[in-house]
Formats: sequence, C-alpha cells, structure tokens
Amino acid sequence: MTVVVSSTEKRPAVPTARSLGQELPFFQRRNVREGIWIGSLTALVTLGSFLLLFPVYFMIVTSLKTQGASFLLPMKWLPGIQYAPQWENYGESLRFMKWQTAYTNTMVVAILSMTGDVVSAVLVAYGFARFRAPGKNLLFGLVLSTLMVPQIVRLVPEYLGFSRLGMSNTFWPLILPAWFGSAYNIFLLRQFFTTIPIEMDQSAQIDGAGPMRILWDVLLPQIRPALAVVLIGSFTYNWNDFFRPLIYINSPSLRTAALSLSAFQAVYGGTPFHLLMAAALVNIIPLVVLFFTLQRYFIQGIVVTGVKG
Amino acid sequence: MAAVTVPGLRQSAGAGALARKEALWFYVLISPWMAGFILFSGGPTLASAYLSLTHNDPVNWPPTWVGLLNYDVMFRDRLFWKSLQVTTYYTVLSVPLSVGFATLLALILNEKLPGMAAWRTIYYLPSIVTGVPVALMWNWIFQPQFGLVNGLLYDLGVPSSMLPKWLSDPPWAVPTFVIMSLWQFGGPMLIYLASIQGVPTQLYESAQLDGASKLRQIWHITLPSISPVIFFNGILAIISSFQVFTNAFVITQGGPNYATYFMVFMIYQNAFTYISNMGYADALAWVLFIIMLVFTATAFRLQRHWVFYEAVVR
Repeated sequence: MTVVVSSTEKRPAVPTARSLGQELPFFQRRNVREGIWIGSLTALVTLGSFLLLFPVYFMIVTSLKTQGASFLLPMKWLPGIQYAPQWENYGESLRFMKWQTAYTNTMVVAILSMTGDVVSAVLVAYGFARFRAPGKNLLFGLVLSTLMVPQIVRLVPEYLGFSRLGMSNTFWPLILPAWFGSAYNIFLLRQFFTTIPIEMDQSAQIDGAGPMRILWDVLLPQIRPALAVVLIGSFTYNWNDFFRPLIYINSPSLRTAALSLSAFQAVYGGTPFHLLMAAALVNIIPLVVLFFTLQRYFIQGIVVTGVKG
Repeated sequence: MAAVTVPGLRQSAGAGALARKEALWFYVLISPWMAGFILFSGGPTLASAYLSLTHNDPVNWPPTWVGLLNYDVMFRDRLFWKSLQVTTYYTVLSVPLSVGFATLLALILNEKLPGMAAWRTIYYLPSIVTGVPVALMWNWIFQPQFGLVNGLLYDLGVPSSMLPKWLSDPPWAVPTFVIMSLWQFGGPMLIYLASIQGVPTQLYESAQLDGASKLRQIWHITLPSISPVIFFNGILAIISSFQVFTNAFVITQGGPNYATYFMVFMIYQNAFTYISNMGYADALAWVLFIIMLVFTATAFRLQRHWVFYEAVVR
C-alpha cells in the first residue's frame, strides 16, 4: 500500500558544483530546485493523505446512513447527493451511550493519568540520563524488561491486589499506576535527554544551579517536543483504553467512553454500524483538537541548541 | 535504597562525597519507578513465574505445585510452535516496514510544506482511531467478496480469480495484519518529528555552505543525529509486535486454520477462556517474555555499530 506511494516520489535535480558569478541553467538554480523539491513533496503528501483518510471518510459516510443502507452495495460515497444524510444518527448514538456520564468519567481519568505519566516519567528519566550511581545499568535493564512482560500476565495478580484494597470498581486502578512512571515514557524521555550535550548541565552547575533547577531551566525547554509527544500519547492512550476499564469498572455511572462504545454491540444484537461509526467519530474530536494545538512544538526553530562557552 | 552508601571509596574524600550525593539524587529521582516496579510490574511478574510452576484455576485454589510440567507440555504442544512461528513471522515482517515507513514520513513532514499543521494532523489521525470500532471496520474493508479493497482492485481490472482472500486465506492473513498495523504509524512518526527538532540547525547551515544536497543532509546529518530515537522505536516495535492482540481477538479469533494464532491470543485463551489452565498460560507468557528479552538484547548489542549518542551515556 505504502510502497506504491513512495515510488511516485520525484527526485530533486542533482546539484552540481556551481561556479560563482555564472548564470546557471534553469533547473540548477537554487530557488527552482527548492521549488521542485517542495512541489513534489506536497504532491506526494497529498496523495498519501487520500490513502490515510480513506478509512476515516468511510466512517463518516457510514455514520450518515440508515441502518439498512449501511451495508448496501455498491457503496454510496456521497451523502447529500446519493442519499439523504441522517444527521440524527449522531444525537441518537450520543444519547445511547449516555455521553455526559461517559465523557465526564473519561476526562477525569485521562487528565489525572496524563499528569501522573508526565511528572513521574520526567523525574525518573532525568535520573537515568544524568546521574551516576551503583546498580544503574541493572535498574535500567529492569525498566526495559518491564516493557516486555506481556500485560495480560501482570493483570491477574494486579487485579487481585486492587480488589483486596477495595479499589475495584473505582477510578483508582485506572489512575494510580500512571503516577509510578511508565517504562515506555521513561525510556523515551531518557533517549531525548541523552541527545543534549552534558556541557550544558555543567555550565549551569558552575553558575550554581541545583539538579532540579537544571532540569527545569536547562533540559526541559530543550525537550519540549518530546514532552508534547508524551502528553499526546498518554492522553490518547488513557482516552481510548478499553481493557483496563473493562476489567475494573462495573457500575454504569463509572463507565468510560471506550466502554460505552463497546455497548453498541451488546444491546442491539446485530451491530448498528452507522451509530457505532458516528460515536467513534465523536470520540476522536478531543484528540484531534489536542494534537492540532500541540503540534506547533514540532516546528523547527523553537529549540535553541548550543553550548555556552 | 541501601545502595546509596556504597560508592567508590578509592577516590579522594571530596570526590567520594560528590559521588554519594549524585547517587542519592539518582535514587530519589527514580523512586517513583522503583515503587511502581515492586507494586505493578516486578511483583506481579514474579507471582506469575511461580504460578507457571503450578496447576491452578479459579476452581482449584490454592495452586498445586507441578514443577516443570507446564513447560514440558508446552514444548510438545504443536499449537505452541505454530503460534511462535506466526508471531515471529509477523514481527520480522512488520518491524522493518513500520520503522522505515514512520521515519520516511517524519522526514517528509519535517519539510516546510504549505499547510504543514494540517498535514501533520491528517497523518496523525489514523493512530488515534483505535479499538473495537476500527477492528470491525478493517474486517469489512478486507472482506473478500464485498470488501472495499477487493472492490477497488476489481474495478482496476484485477480478475476476480486473482483477488486475494485477505483474512480468510492463511498465507495472506499475517501480511494483512501487517498492512493494518502500518496504518497506525502516528505514534512513532511523532517521536521522530520531535527528535528531528533537536538536531542543531548549525549543522545544516554549514552543510549547505559546502553545497550538500538535501538527501545528503538527511543521510549524513539527520539520520545519525536521530539514531538513538530510531533505535528506541525499533525496540518498541519489536516489543509491541510480539504482543499483538486486539485485531486477532476481534476479527479472526486466531483463524483461519491458526494463521493468526498470535502468542498473546493463545495466552489469553488459556488464561481466560479455557477454565483449566492458568498455570499453562503463565508458562507461555514467561517463554514469550524470554524470547522478547533475547531479541531486545541482540538489538542492544547491535546498536554500537550504528547508534550515535551526543552525550556519553553515563
């Protein structure tokens, strides 16, 4: 699927050594080469986005059909032209999943977990990246190995533990683990810390800054893009997580949106595909907004790197 | 945290005090993870190691000790070998593809194209649409008779006898899973985008003065600079591809003819659907864990040849 896309890429004109002061042939001029490069990349990106958006478009188109029409062939792709869009599907699906309860719960869980994820991962990753101590390599090996233990195995003993503490059917099992640092985020941030020259810490240290000061003023501003990644990733994960709420939450009043989405299957018997797709689309809106807001941290130039004398 | 008092006494008193202070900071900073390790990962994992040496199920509690019996059964179990083969095949196919694909896209989306914010959002979009609704959608899209992909291929002139049966055809099932997984490249792509921001701009400026082309700059500056992060994503891709579950659970249930009988799905079945075999599931999980450890350790060995660290890892 993807190989096809990349083969359409046009190579930019091969640069040649240019002699100063001499008028270059049209295709070798710098701004022309730049223009061809940008133009062909834009074409490539446009083409790729069609492939990527196709399934999403399929979801949109289906969400606007009646239940009977959603499976009819040949597919009708143009709501408003080929068929009348059923906007009431959105209202119906939201009412069905009791959206006020579902999204209040999801917000609480996702925001508190995300905060815990970011704070704990920054501190732990900083420790692993910048401080020498006996046993450090062994401990870092342990961090990595926890990534490899299949989740499903840890779940049974963990569930027993939370139930013993009377925390089953509360938000605690969904939020608490995030505050102890996820191995994934620790590893990620540690890799980013290692790309910053140690001399920057050292010169701040000479100026009298303590470890927390160095973290806050020197290192964190440099890894803002990575922090944005952790923030987006953690929020998205907690927003969409299905497995853990499924295991821990019983009361309808504590259900998260991911659980409510799965309820479409249970009640209707045959899955109402049109309503499911409508609800699934509404579910991603906050994630898209969050991403769109934070993506400016991926724009080059925000990070000023350099070692002070 | 007893280890704090250990550091090198061979050095002079001042250096020793400094080293002790540094070690103390280290242990304070990582203390949240250490607590979490005992409570949420190390503890439960050790518990499952013990349980793998027992026969246990919810009915026959407490567990009875059976020694290595579960492992003995496993190595004679043809389904175990099949599952291992399917999982390894999927990993070998998907890891290089997904790492390469995400890197390529991040490099492209890092260029200053018109409407960049919109493009990045569009390319990230697929990775936030996950879970059961998407699994059901894929199942429909790859349906052999009235699925959208085969419909499109048919319209493009592929004769109906040559159309792939995708998820219902054993040789095609794993490659189809790989295609579905490539759609979720957004997370790694984002990590690459973030890491490309950390490459000092002076490097590009001096390369431009020397007349280096765009592709040469990417090859000689960008890729070496972000190699620690490529390595990170590679490790993560290995780990997550060994643990693929949701699609196998929702769409194929391990079929057709065990073609998508992934390890975690097998563990899930033994732990939560058959009632007699929790200990067997724990043994399977431990073997999977060890296989993943071997793969990752190999990757760490190999990283010396191509991963470039700016700061010496201390």
